[in-house]
Amino acid sequence: MELTADLRGEILVIHALEDRIDAASAIQFKDRMRELTQTASQRVVLDLSRVAFVDSSGLGAVVAALKALAPGRKLELAGLTPTVQKVFRLTRMEQVFTIHDQLPQSLRHAS
Amino acid sequence: MQADLCRFAVMTIQTMPPVRARLRLASDPQAVRDGLRQLLAAAPLCDLSEDVRGSAEIVLAEVLNNIVEHAYPGFAGLIDVTLDYSHPTLSFEVVDTGHAMPCNRLPKGELADLDDTVELPEGGFGWFLIRNLTNGLAYSRVADRNTLAFWMDAQ
Repeated sequence: MELTADLRGEILVIHALEDRIDAASAIQFKDRMRELTQTASQRVVLDLSRVAFVDSSGLGAVVAALKALAPGRKLELAGLTPTVQKVFRLTRMEQVFTIHDQLPQSLRHAS
Repeated sequence: MQADLCRFAVMTIQTMPPVRARLRLASDPQAVRDGLRQLLAAAPLCDLSEDVRGSAEIVLAEVLNNIVEHAYPGFAGLIDVTLDYSHPTLSFEVVDTGHAMPCNRLPKGELADLDDTVELPEGGFGWFLIRNLTNGLAYSRVADRNTLAFWMDAQ
């Protein structure tokens, strides 16, 4: 599960670079998120714009990543593609996360 | 005149033919991932709207992952998927020879309470999604075979 992180001021931006977070990759996703979020920052924004599909295991892994953060530290999501958005909407996880339509220009990956 | 009628008949058949896809896969998460890719890339799913394709992929993924995890826990087995599209309905049949559903019944699939952020659920979404995105479900256990049939609107 390829994830990269960029610290932009107070915001840690994590880019998911694979097209699926599913039962085959959920554990790796959780482990890698735990490593990357060791970098201190008030906010963590997970860029999901390259992820076309999340199943219930992947959704559970994103929720686990939120719960693993220290209290007061937030996990925000950006760039949900249509099927991913459907999974978050139906399970009412849209209420739990702050969701941005897309990553603000200033936070996009330099490459 | 005869030729025109024939052409019309052929066109009618080509516009709305029932289309079937079949796939046999091994019960592991990587095979499920590869199998979903194959089904989504082939007829009938490749010709349907993004919305229907998304719903079909979510439901199939949940059904197949459940079989890998609960019907064949810790041992390998085969899963047979048949998908039929006859406008406007997409019908699925998924067969395995693993463990039966508990009490031979399908799980209810209710969402846990989301009010408590500390105890947010990390699972239990699968059957909720399956029930939410399908118009009907039927499960049977005959001899050593589980058959799950489900269907959805493809419009």
